[in-house]
Amino acid sequence: MAEVDIKNYCLNFGPQHPAAHGVLRMVMELDGEVVERVDPHIGLLHRGTEKLIEYKQYLQAMPYFDRLDYVAPMNQEHAFVLAIEKLMGAEVPLRGQYIRVLFSEIGRVLNHLLNLTTHAMDVGALTPILWGFEEREKLMVFYERISGARLHAAYFRPGGVHQDMPAGLAEDIMAWTETFPAVLADMEALLIDNRIFKQRNVDIGVVSAEDAFAWGFSGPMLRGSGVAWDLRKSQPYEVYDKMDFKVAVGKNGDCYDRFMLRIGEIYESLKIIRQCLNDMPGGPVLSIDNKIAPPRRADMKVSMEALIHHFKLYTEGIRVPEGEVYAAVEAPKGEFGVYLVSDGSNKPYRCKIRAPGFVHLQAMDFMLKGHMLADAPAVLGAMDIVFGEVDR
Amino acid sequence: MTDKVLMDLGDHIAGRLPNEVIAVSVAFGELTVTARADHIQKVLTFLRDDGDCLFKQLVDLCGADYPERVKRFDVVYHLLSVHLNQRIRVKVETDADTPVPTATEIFPAAGWFEREAWDMYGIFFADHPDLRRMLTDYGFSGHPLRKDFPLTGYVEVRYSEEEKRVVYEPVKLAQEFRTFDFMSPWESAQYVLPGDEKAESK
Repeated sequence: MAEVDIKNYCLNFGPQHPAAHGVLRMVMELDGEVVERVDPHIGLLHRGTEKLIEYKQYLQAMPYFDRLDYVAPMNQEHAFVLAIEKLMGAEVPLRGQYIRVLFSEIGRVLNHLLNLTTHAMDVGALTPILWGFEEREKLMVFYERISGARLHAAYFRPGGVHQDMPAGLAEDIMAWTETFPAVLADMEALLIDNRIFKQRNVDIGVVSAEDAFAWGFSGPMLRGSGVAWDLRKSQPYEVYDKMDFKVAVGKNGDCYDRFMLRIGEIYESLKIIRQCLNDMPGGPVLSIDNKIAPPRRADMKVSMEALIHHFKLYTEGIRVPEGEVYAAVEAPKGEFGVYLVSDGSNKPYRCKIRAPGFVHLQAMDFMLKGHMLADAPAVLGAMDIVFGEVDR
Repeated sequence: MTDKVLMDLGDHIAGRLPNEVIAVSVAFGELTVTARADHIQKVLTFLRDDGDCLFKQLVDLCGADYPERVKRFDVVYHLLSVHLNQRIRVKVETDADTPVPTATEIFPAAGWFEREAWDMYGIFFADHPDLRRMLTDYGFSGHPLRKDFPLTGYVEVRYSEEEKRVVYEPVKLAQEFRTFDFMSPWESAQYVLPGDEKAESK
């Protein structure tokens, strides 16, 4: 019997697909149901952030970072202010550092709650997302209470944070850390030993440590492959070196390990949040150097000097010395870096945003090759992609 | 202390690659190696494989535009060594016509980064397996992150009710595009300050 030539099937996944986590278009070449080649087309959410930043003063450029990974906004701001502070040699008061760490960890929980639950939804479990989003809502209320905005906080400043925490917030966050583990445990009970969830995730999208290095993976994607690498531990910034927490590491490098590792990270984040709240010292939250941070409102009523500094900072802006730095933070999705070039003026000359999702999505072709079409949402979900940062 | 460690590492690299490395510098606690563009593959391979470096991860690759220079573009590689817990920056210079050898064979992660640099700056990477545009629209022309590309761009899109489809049109600005530099007028302002027209004639 003569062999029939079967042509490969070309499938357009997205750009409007509920499992694509935004606007991802993937051109897939299928042999039956087996994926032969994936070509992700990104850029559908490209807003030219890097170009816009070159035309804005440093402080005006800051809110763009909330709009990158809009799931954990403050972690992005963190990288940008760290880069500015590195160039200026600015000192951040201890209380400011604690608040930053506290809200970075809240951002991590926000991110992981969204990722874990949507990942579960992509492979068929609908309940976790309803439970998880209730908790996310509570966290966004904390965001709102500290910055006035649920999502786009614009709260971090070069030299510290904008305002001190309002009275009662610390107690409420503490109370939340007491009640939240029970919700998380419920969610885990639905998924961890669930047969369907395991069938969809175990041994799917396996990446070895060597490959993870070669493809530039970071964060949970790297740790899932068994590399205990966490910038909070290895290159600690702010007060992370004073925190007692463990780094969650996977064994097999598959989607299930990445999922479990993120659950582990939530528990570690809760530990850090509690330590921050317990150890947080008093004092200023923003640098007292008036060339970096504005004077307090009360000083401006009585001091001419303070008024002049305020005027200069909000017209001319911060002057950042010439030079180039790369500052990175352990964002929930991986290493989020900012390569900042300053020409000594009040605007960045070049600001390259290194988004972890961009690097991870690049490996889509490599990870999906030979898998079934139905595995694509699982791999994508475990990658933790948010298009705000991939497309910039 | 750490600067000394970085400088030693830089000297080690410069010593082993005398023809490829142009300069080594340490600033803000970061090591920068400037290399010759045509030898970048050798430099990156050395940094990845040498027992004292082991920079196995390409963290970032990007372009930067300095139009006043003869070779206007920088290609900046950021590498990370998990084994040494060390970072390094490698810079090469190029212009719009000179291709830079691709790094995709050394770090597969370079693929999209190089596509992005091509898209944004028009830096050409020789032997790249798939050098298409990355972030801009299908059929886009120009390289938006170049300093001579206007912030407003050249085309805008809208949905045309007559043609029942999205149409591309040249950008029409209702008012002239304004940029404020807000620098102190004693230092930088090149323009005539409003109300200060007479100052010139004096």
